[in-house]
Amino acid sequence: MEIIIEAPLERRLTDALTQAGVTGYTVLPVSGGSGRSRRWSRSGQISPGGGMVAVVCLTRPDRLDSLIEAAFSVVERHIGVVSVSDAEVIRADRF
Amino acid sequence: MAEVLSLAVDNLISPIILSFVLGLSAAFLRSQLSFPEAVARGLSIYLLFAIGFKGGAGVAEHGIDLGLVATLGAAIVLSFGLPFIAYALLGALTRFNTVEKAAVAAHYGSISIVTFVAATSVLEGRGLAYEGYMVAAAAAMEAPAIMSALWIIARSGSGSAAATGLYREVLLNGSIVLLVGSFLIGMITGEKGMETVAAFIVSPFQGVLCLFLLDMGLVAGRSLRDNPAVLGAGGILFGLLMPLLGSAFGLLAAQLVGLSSGGTALLMTLAASASYIAVPAAMRVALPEARPSVYLTLSLGVTFPFNLAVGIPIYTAAATMIAGGQS
Repeated sequence: MEIIIEAPLERRLTDALTQAGVTGYTVLPVSGGSGRSRRWSRSGQISPGGGMVAVVCLTRPDRLDSLIEAAFSVVERHIGVVSVSDAEVIRADRF
Repeated sequence: MAEVLSLAVDNLISPIILSFVLGLSAAFLRSQLSFPEAVARGLSIYLLFAIGFKGGAGVAEHGIDLGLVATLGAAIVLSFGLPFIAYALLGALTRFNTVEKAAVAAHYGSISIVTFVAATSVLEGRGLAYEGYMVAAAAAMEAPAIMSALWIIARSGSGSAAATGLYREVLLNGSIVLLVGSFLIGMITGEKGMETVAAFIVSPFQGVLCLFLLDMGLVAGRSLRDNPAVLGAGGILFGLLMPLLGSAFGLLAAQLVGLSSGGTALLMTLAASASYIAVPAAMRVALPEARPSVYLTLSLGVTFPFNLAVGIPIYTAAATMIAGGQS
């Protein structure tokens, strides 16, 4: 699952995912973009309010629904993108 | 009038304003010039630390008096009160919905520390002294406006503010912690501490401020260029009138607490400025339905350049004229 969300909500989202049973995730910076709200870019920004981050986590299909529910409890009212895609896990022993 | 014009001309051809104009021009000309986010944040950390430290060292030199408490009280009242005036003015001039009006109002009750820093630079250039504790007043004005905006939303019944943990985040946001912390370090270490770090926080200050304002010019210019129609004429008018209205309340408060002419100019500048660091982050959490393009373009694209080019000379001249005898 990949969630792109406003930077000020990063901790709320990762807390919700952890509470839903996620044991690991990766947070990536987002350089910029454009959407319904406006065009924006990360360069030169001094406010943490203006940026976005991408949170990526891998999970088993049977746990996906509870994870989506946890994610939406945070992102529902906010600007962002939630996407789910199949992934092939090469090193299953690491999870 | 001649004093205002002379101040305005001096201000307009100063390195900091010309750096800002360079950034604005580069943005409008679609230049590729940009500052990496980490550099922009690094410059802002330097400026906050330097201005906090200098303020604390100033208080250590002159001692703490009742004026400090009175000024902090006045600053907090201004920050709580200005959002209500901004909200009413937005109602008269714009068609923004209630949530957006409240979000914008929060920005105009809070402060822009960079505008404050630019004003101290103008005062120092003209040899006007100001109370060191004005830095503490700036820190005190960061957060109360957010609470006023949330109260407006609660009263209007126009939606709920998602505020779990918000107050803690607002009160401990990076700029408040850095300003108050460096102010305390300056106050504790005093003149000796200042001598130790002067080579780092005094001499390079103007140069760093020029670079920072170049970046602010780029960000402000791109915000205006990318969102030309989002404000409307009423929104732009608000962005120009509200600083003048806020500064008038700042002047009144400064007179009530008996600030010097330099301190009066700074309190007017604080009351006239609009936040674009602490409040946007809080609004994204508390009022996500409000469009960031509205409040960021207003505070950064309209009010910030206005204060920098025109506002600060007006506030300085008014303060010198009205509070000129106090020091």
